[in-house]
Amino acid sequence: MSNNWWKITASVFVLFSVVAGLLLKVPTLPILHESIRNLYFHVPMWFAMIVIYTVAVVNSIRYLQTNNEKYDLIAVESVNTGLVFGFVGLLSGMIWANFTWGSPWPNDPKLNSAAIATLMYLAYTVLRSSLDEEQKRAKISAIYNIFSFPVMVVLLFVLPRLTDSLHPGNGGNPGFGAYDLDSNMRFVFYPAVLGWIGIAVWIMNIRFRIRKLENKRNQI
Amino acid sequence: MNLYPQIKYLLKKEIVLEWRSKYALNGILLYVVSTVFVCYLSFRTTPPLVWNALFWIIMLFAAINAISKSFVQESKGRLLYYYQIASPQAIIIAKIIYNMLLMILMSVIALFFYSIVFQNNVGDKLLYFGAVMLGAISFSSVFTMISAIASKANNNGTLMAILSFPVIIPVIILIIKLSKNAMDGLDRSVSLDEIGVLTAINLIVITVSLLLFPYLWRD
Repeated sequence: MSNNWWKITASVFVLFSVVAGLLLKVPTLPILHESIRNLYFHVPMWFAMIVIYTVAVVNSIRYLQTNNEKYDLIAVESVNTGLVFGFVGLLSGMIWANFTWGSPWPNDPKLNSAAIATLMYLAYTVLRSSLDEEQKRAKISAIYNIFSFPVMVVLLFVLPRLTDSLHPGNGGNPGFGAYDLDSNMRFVFYPAVLGWIGIAVWIMNIRFRIRKLENKRNQI
Repeated sequence: MNLYPQIKYLLKKEIVLEWRSKYALNGILLYVVSTVFVCYLSFRTTPPLVWNALFWIIMLFAAINAISKSFVQESKGRLLYYYQIASPQAIIIAKIIYNMLLMILMSVIALFFYSIVFQNNVGDKLLYFGAVMLGAISFSSVFTMISAIASKANNNGTLMAILSFPVIIPVIILIIKLSKNAMDGLDRSVSLDEIGVLTAINLIVITVSLLLFPYLWRD
């Protein structure tokens, strides 16, 4: 029980953000209207994705240092979980964009960057499936993961800032904090981010343990 | 042995080997020239935006074809021999430098031929040439490591493309923007951002390759 406090906290936070996010008062803004509530669901997906990809790259580095299979399994399950969060983030963003910007895929650098980052991690899974031998697969995919991570950082954090973007905080647009995120929204937004990060780590943890059990069963 | 003489010997070996057969060089040159010609026959005239984008797409595919050979060509025995006598860092640096030279040569010829066949006005010729050089260098630094990774996995052709496209897209976006600035003849201070980020990407990629290659070559 003492080790599970973060799972309970994460579940409570996510439940809170769903209930409070749909019920609490939000500022009335033009164009956004009530769709501003999507902030509690769309943005935490990206936070969770970035955190879980960072977990993946850290474990890839640890794999190369130790050659312990455990770290490879954590890395691959982190990438799988991150892909799910990336897809949900893209989908929720597309729905939101359809209502506020007029089309599900406006030509926005952040959208394109997120899609390319997702392609990068899909390439990682293809690379894994093309290799049969377990140790070789673990090593080569760890190398590709570490190699592509800095490029993903450039893609998601540097490139959108160089051009105009519809997203807040990019290309001269004022950031969230400037005017539209009042204290009421922060009260829901921050727990939502922490909660979804916790849920992502939890999903990864469960999948990692399932993999370990499967491997054990297959060895006999 | 010291790192610097190792790099020098390996680089010399690459160039001598290439010069003897001239297979890759001629093959790639013919590839570029015929692709440009096919594009000319299908487009005839192009608006400036298409002219720029088309050039970089031709360069992208030529680069993938040229650099994907760099590790496959070597036989397994020869690779084992290198690993006995040279440090892995020296091998990857020599490969990157050799690919840079190859790509620079290729892109100069491609640019020359392309601008003869397609008439177009480039505002700032020197900056455009600089952008082409920077593009050639970025392509070779990114693709060398990817080709090393792909050569370790069995089915090479598709894997090389799949692995390299997501990594090269940020570079391509920046390069196309930089060369578009040069075409429009904008003031050079406008392009400093792109040049800075491209240089940073190159430095990061080369550093990461140096750190990772020692893990890769051991089977």
